Amino acid sequence: MQKKVLIIGAGVIGCAIARGLSRYQIDLTVLERGHDVCEGASKANSGIVHAGFDAKPGTMKARLNVEGSQQYEAFCRELGVPYSQPGALVLAFSDDEMKTVQELYQQGIENGVKELSVLNAEEVLALEPNVNKEIKGALLAKTSGLVSPYELTYALADHAAVNGAHFIFNQEVRSIEKIDNGFTVKTQDNQYETDIVINCSGVSSAILHNQLSDDKREIIYRRGQYWLLDHDVNKLFTMTMFQCPTKMGKGVLVSPTVHGNILLGPTAEDIPDSQDTNTTAEGLANVLNTAKKTWPGINTRTGITSFSGIRAHEKNGDFIIGQVEGVSGAYETVGIESPGLTSAPAISALLVGIIEKNEQLTPKDDFKPAVPLPKPFNEMNDDERRQAIAENPLNGKLICRCEVVTEAEIRAAIRRPVGATSIDGVKRRTRAGMGRCQGGFCSPRVAEIISEELGIPMTEVTKSGNSSKLLVGKLEDSFAEV
Amino acid sequence: MAAYGIDVDILIVGAGPAGLAAAVAAKEAGIDNLVILEREDHPGGILRQCIHNGFGLHRYNEELTGPEYAQRDIDRAEALGIDIRCGTTVLSVEADHTVTAVSTSRGLETYKAKAIILAMGCRERPRGALGIPGSRCAGIYTAGTAQKFVNLEGFMPGKKIVILGSGDIGLIMARRMTLQGAKVLACVELMPYSSGLKRNIVQCLDDYGIPLYLSHTVIDIEGGERLTGVTVAKVDEHRMPIPGSEIHFDCDTLLLSVGLIPENELSNQAGLEISPFTSGPVVNDVFESSVPGIFACGNVLHVHDLVDYVSQESTEAGKAAAEYIHRESFDGKNVQVMDGNGVRGTVPQKILLNEEKKVNLMFRPSGVFEKAQAVVMQGDTVLVKKRAQIFTPGEMVVIPLDTTKLSGEEPIRVSIEKV
Amino acid sequence: MEKQIVCINCPLGCRITVTMDGNEITKIEGNTCKRGENYARQEVLSPVRVITAVLPVEGSSVPVSVKTAAPVPKNKIFECMSEMSKANLKAPIHMGDVIVPNILGTGVNVVATKSVE
Repeated sequence: MQKKVLIIGAGVIGCAIARGLSRYQIDLTVLERGHDVCEGASKANSGIVHAGFDAKPGTMKARLNVEGSQQYEAFCRELGVPYSQPGALVLAFSDDEMKTVQELYQQGIENGVKELSVLNAEEVLALEPNVNKEIKGALLAKTSGLVSPYELTYALADHAAVNGAHFIFNQEVRSIEKIDNGFTVKTQDNQYETDIVINCSGVSSAILHNQLSDDKREIIYRRGQYWLLDHDVNKLFTMTMFQCPTKMGKGVLVSPTVHGNILLGPTAEDIPDSQDTNTTAEGLANVLNTAKKTWPGINTRTGITSFSGIRAHEKNGDFIIGQVEGVSGAYETVGIESPGLTSAPAISALLVGIIEKNEQLTPKDDFKPAVPLPKPFNEMNDDERRQAIAENPLNGKLICRCEVVTEAEIRAAIRRPVGATSIDGVKRRTRAGMGRCQGGFCSPRVAEIISEELGIPMTEVTKSGNSSKLLVGKLEDSFAEV
Repeated sequence: MAAYGIDVDILIVGAGPAGLAAAVAAKEAGIDNLVILEREDHPGGILRQCIHNGFGLHRYNEELTGPEYAQRDIDRAEALGIDIRCGTTVLSVEADHTVTAVSTSRGLETYKAKAIILAMGCRERPRGALGIPGSRCAGIYTAGTAQKFVNLEGFMPGKKIVILGSGDIGLIMARRMTLQGAKVLACVELMPYSSGLKRNIVQCLDDYGIPLYLSHTVIDIEGGERLTGVTVAKVDEHRMPIPGSEIHFDCDTLLLSVGLIPENELSNQAGLEISPFTSGPVVNDVFESSVPGIFACGNVLHVHDLVDYVSQESTEAGKAAAEYIHRESFDGKNVQVMDGNGVRGTVPQKILLNEEKKVNLMFRPSGVFEKAQAVVMQGDTVLVKKRAQIFTPGEMVVIPLDTTKLSGEEPIRVSIEKV
Repeated sequence: MEKQIVCINCPLGCRITVTMDGNEITKIEGNTCKRGENYARQEVLSPVRVITAVLPVEGSSVPVSVKTAAPVPKNKIFECMSEMSKANLKAPIHMGDVIVPNILGTGVNVVATKSVE
């Protein structure tokens, strides 16, 4: 009998750990509250692979950030996930802030961050001419990178699934109970027996921790709101622009995304509800006003969407990773907020290493390597496109014009090992609907494709699972009520 | 690339009313080697989903529905043997007139055209552009997306509806959803006036007792998975919500009809100069853009109120593209057209001084002006005046200008003034 | 009795007041042109509208769009919608085909405005 391992939470951390554990001879299940992988903080963050100068030396955050950052390129390459390393600037607008920049430089050196330097105003403006001319100087971190957090998470989930991990969605874990030789994990409508349980539940991680341990933890729900601007032919910024950090976090950034959009945000608001991802008028205005300091020429005419995510901020401020103190068979990653995405490769390597050793796991003989995602049609040259259409004529059918996504790609996204089941799932896997028209043209067609691929009626297709149905019925049924 | 190159005289992007009219005109002007590329599987463009009547009053002196209006152009194009390649998406247009397109049946093709006519139409402004805060739940659609679901696919996107924006598509959908058994609770407009046609306000809202809230906007969207309600508030003269004026609506759907934007991704790629006022290419009076031999017409050029004007303008563009091929350029002196008071985005932006002709100056008023006149001036000289009881942003103003009245290359200015 | 009409002939949207004595119009005021007067008269005495809709077609995934070939009385709009929804339609349908003849005895046919193969 293989050991049963249950991971709670299919965010980037849960999926990275699932993928790491899928190389062992175990019976691996991932429970996720959402209808898809990557439905919490992992989908709504800055998508920055931080260089590692922010965290206090000696913390888990500092160590895992720097390790993670160094592993990222290879990590993404193996999975075929887009990653770039344009670098970052921490901008100083006063002499005081220049002091902060110097401190960050020193801290970065101490943390082991490479390729850091302090620039004067001219040097900053030469690199980024759209930055506020009032600039005094900046910290340049050349190793700061960009990743698409959801594309990474989907790829990790796929690789885990190919190697036998089961993903079960719409399962909100309510309790974990220690029983003889294992645990009973109860969800809203089901229960699971497992030998090993791994808590990767993000904002819920303290609640689940506290059910197993008397050493109580507390997660503060820290909401961050963002604006996303359309990609433009003229690149406004090449690097990530931070302002000097505050006690609430790294502040509002202005950054290109790995796909060439411009991202503004986040706010940092401590809120009582861990699921309240609403944006607010004040929050969005705050992002714009603060970002204006970095980029005075800001305009939201090209704004295509706004969103928010909730960071799981542990009260003591550091990551908690390892075996739950005194509970054998129970492991956890608690308080994974920024730089959690950056640290994901290092966090999973660390925890998988601990579990392998403690639980004496045996590697599989038939572990399948990751199959890198195919190059998106959007990024192909003419010859590659010709070839892609020759291989599958549905690559000649453009569904999303804004982001250049083909019907073949949308069908493939639904057929992936952990495939899309909703409009948002397709959107985040393919970018269909992510462009300037926000799905205005393509969402009806995407809904049809989902309906065909999943064999469900159009009226059952959802935006993001459960009751988020796009349509309320057929026309002929509504006539009857006239 | 030459191995794949397809040489054509005129290539038209889009087989909506603009592309079809341009194609017919070019063909009638003697251009035989002509192709229209259309991304949808059928020609007709957005008219296919505009099943309501009211199209063609100017052009045919009768009230057609959208599909009927489109079919007349399709029939005309087919009778002339015009090659309409549906299911074909143009990926790029280059300034050197190279066009790359893909389709399932023919794969990737590269065209080389002597002249190109851009007729991609426009798209709707989405929620994101407005920054409406709140939930990102299901049940928020642009009016056009809802129209597609209802009229082309036969599905109901919702039962209790609030409409933000009083653009014509939103008004039309208010009636459409009501007739289909839905309850439209309100139409909410940020501005103190509607940008829709008066006829639509009366026949789509008033007829069904749907309230129009002017100077109001949606300030919050509620709902976890599917929309459950919206909060509407009155706005002050700076369009900021007034505390205490909130009205809450329980609804399952929010339709957005908050503006149309010319779809100029391809124009941008080709390096065409784009007007910040129309969001479409800058053109001269023969609808040629800043790149010689690339023309633009219809809603990709500027958003029209009536399709009749689209057809008229596109016919001119089609003729001009044909002429361009015969004479190989439209070089020469020109006069700039500037926007004056009360005027936003006059098209064309330039008038060629090559021959005597009548040029239609088209623009949208930037506000509501009662008992006023549109005036075209060159320096201190009034070239033409057009009086009206009212000018509103909802209706395009067309002023015919006789170019014999122009003197020299001094810019002309179009403005609206009180009488 | 007075009835308020908003004229639709131009963007001015004149608010026209029609004064009635029983079924007789005694006064029309507020209009700025003759078209407004005619419109107000029509709207008060016998308002009519063209109705457009789409109807499901058996054997086709796409519905057919239809219209009343002429305006019908405004107060029969919902009844007309209900009546035309009862039509059992089968492909092929051609633009101009009569879908419902003489709907509700109005003398107006409902016709297809597109073809469905």
